[in-house]
Amino acid sequence: MKGRIPVVLLACGSFNPITNMHLRLFEVARDHLHKTGMYQVIGGIISPVNDNYRKKDLVAAQHRVAMVRLALQTSDWIRVDPWESEQAQWMETVKVLRHHHSQLLGSLPRTEGPDHSRSVSLAPAAVPELKLLCGADVLKTFQTPDLWKDEHIQEIVEKFGLVCVGRAGHDLKGYISGSPILQRYQHNIHLAREPVQNEISATHIRQALGQGQSVKYLLPDAVIAYIKDHKLYTRDNS
Amino acid sequence: MPLVKTAREGSDQQLETLSMENSEKTDVVLLACGSFNPITNMHLRLFELAKDYMNGTGKYRVIKGIISPVCDAYKKKGLISAHHRIIMAELATKNSEWVEVDTWESLQKDWVETAKVLRYHQKKLEASSYYHQQDSPVLERPGRKRKWTEYSQKKYPEQKTKDVPKVKLLCGADTLESFGIPNLWKSEDIIRIVEDYGLVCVTRAGSDAEKFVYESDVLWKYKNNIHLVNEWIANDISSTKIRRALRRGHSIRYLVPELVQAYIEKHNLYSSESEERNAGVSLAPLQRNSVDAKL
Repeated sequence: MKGRIPVVLLACGSFNPITNMHLRLFEVARDHLHKTGMYQVIGGIISPVNDNYRKKDLVAAQHRVAMVRLALQTSDWIRVDPWESEQAQWMETVKVLRHHHSQLLGSLPRTEGPDHSRSVSLAPAAVPELKLLCGADVLKTFQTPDLWKDEHIQEIVEKFGLVCVGRAGHDLKGYISGSPILQRYQHNIHLAREPVQNEISATHIRQALGQGQSVKYLLPDAVIAYIKDHKLYTRDNS
Repeated sequence: MPLVKTAREGSDQQLETLSMENSEKTDVVLLACGSFNPITNMHLRLFELAKDYMNGTGKYRVIKGIISPVCDAYKKKGLISAHHRIIMAELATKNSEWVEVDTWESLQKDWVETAKVLRYHQKKLEASSYYHQQDSPVLERPGRKRKWTEYSQKKYPEQKTKDVPKVKLLCGADTLESFGIPNLWKSEDIIRIVEDYGLVCVTRAGSDAEKFVYESDVLWKYKNNIHLVNEWIANDISSTKIRRALRRGHSIRYLVPELVQAYIEKHNLYSSESEERNAGVSLAPLQRNSVDAKL
């Protein structure tokens, strides 16, 4: 793994609630980046969106963060970060990327400094790259007028990079060739494929929960228990 | 599952309400046969979807699910030993209150037709209902057993045999469609399955299952005993894909229960070598049925 560029994957979204499909995005993306031989994925961050995003049926961030935390109990490389959800306002994804990037740089071990005993053993640490992880549907929304600012899309693909996990019914390459910006920075866009079709969208999950149907094996057991305990996604509160 | 919970809490008055509410419903046990090589979240979803559907009809009450992994003599390519497949299925159902693993089929020396596995489980239920004729979630609690039996016999002695649960075969659309593959199934077995037991088949919305039933005279005749359940959330976690991912060193996390993943890794179960097992060997049913056809 020596000489590889360390990468941290950041996923933004509602996570309302988190499903096994969201978790799969991380696993598939990591496998894909490792296979390139160029990258070493050293961490994953899930950042649930702020309540002020005002999406229909969005339950309180406090619950969404708690559910992600439960879902990640057994992952040794992905963590939840509540920073975005704790801001006073909704913020653009690019700003979330900037925040986490500066956090990453700040946490880097210094190669020179007062701590001489440590600096000897440390090779100049490679600066980790922060990449936005998303599903095919997000890549598609880059084409939706007014949803994204062009300069933000450009910053995401130019400064950070994108790892997009495709699935059946989505033409990722088509989405890229349909956008001049994406096309220009396509060397910074990694397309991974989920070999196992699964469409466990959170929308479907909420529908099933509202109808009293079982969602077992679509979400981690701990998340299902949390939803029950807090009576989330019942018909009346959505 | 408020009904079972009420029964477990056990006040007689509640039990009475419970029996009255359900007196019209048929108790059902869902049996899934297959390789489970390895068991995936999709297999487990079949049970959840089928139970919701059957209970939702108002006519049935699903009281149990049984996973019956096929025996090694089935000779399917890449089939690893039943010992491991059973343990993985048990790990996968550890957190389920109603689905369990049965080893009878897997312990047979020769491959057993699915119709016979159904018969075995139906007979077993009949035998146990001779002593206590109510649903198993209650009976499984040793402390409740005697009380419940006394209660039932006192109040409804005449219902002794009427209430034996019905075993139904649970399957995916691929199994239903495999009924059309020559020599894979004996036609009399297909009739047995749909006439005597019944089929609960989970299919993708817009799949050809309905058409398949329509185009088969036998299936059409017993279509009241064939329940097609729509799976709205597409999920295609086939065991074949899991094994392929494992061979390529790809993550299978969140596709199979975590305990199953850990077990596979610990015992290094699926490799290019294991995939070659039974390569070039005829599947047991094909072998048996094509010989029968010639005779």
